[in-house]
Amino acid sequence: MDTSKKAQQEYDKMVKKASPNSPILTNCLKAFVSGGIICIIGQLLLNFYTGRGISKDDAGLWVSITLVGISALLTALGLYEKLGKFCGAGTIVPITGFANSVVSPAMEFKKEGMVFGMAAKMFIVAGPVIVYGTLTSMLVGLVYYFVK
Amino acid sequence: MAEILKAFLVGGIICVIGQILIDKTKLMSGRILVLYVCLGCILGGLGIYKKIEEFGGAGATVPLTGFGFRLAEGVMKEVDSAGFLGIFTGGMKAAAAGVTAAVFFAFLAALFANPKEK
Repeated sequence: MDTSKKAQQEYDKMVKKASPNSPILTNCLKAFVSGGIICIIGQLLLNFYTGRGISKDDAGLWVSITLVGISALLTALGLYEKLGKFCGAGTIVPITGFANSVVSPAMEFKKEGMVFGMAAKMFIVAGPVIVYGTLTSMLVGLVYYFVK
Repeated sequence: MAEILKAFLVGGIICVIGQILIDKTKLMSGRILVLYVCLGCILGGLGIYKKIEEFGGAGATVPLTGFGFRLAEGVMKEVDSAGFLGIFTGGMKAAAAGVTAAVFFAFLAALFANPKEK
């Protein structure tokens, strides 16, 4: 028991040594720039839609729909995964990352059938997001109902 | 031009926080998305995210915290107009566009594209 623990510690040390020097700073820089650029695209789209006389709320929805579409296209072409390897959280956290988490398993699992493959696995990440998002929104609504 | 810069700054910072969480806590990206939606929703309910959104524009709404913020705004608006029922209808209504778009485009992609070899 003791030796295996020691071996584990030794191993952890080796892993630390072998891993590149503090990659977290580079990772953060990549995430900052790539995530920021996606948000700039969102802002440009938002300006485009509001410029066409669409209300700000509706324009925001159109921005989401457009970004989800772009992300789906890039995912279908296999490009979003490549971007993701470089950008890290910069491509995970924006709504494009959410879209990727829906599109990617849908494509991958269609070989297991269109119902329990494609359709079911589509929500492997989006499902939890919708479940906890909905529950949190109910909590917010409940508090708001009694406090407002 | 200023709003483009602000969107870049705010969106970038939100992504950096996600990156730090991934690197430091080994949290899976799916959990980050869940965390972000809930966080955005709570901050939206408290009226804090509205201020971030007013400053950062799309920089605040494009990250998934913005999705949570939209849920909070939606449910509060619905409670205003429909009362208690709004608690059950507001969140899903606000999420509808994003979720439906994701389902639609994912279906299209699955029909017409095949996953690339890894």
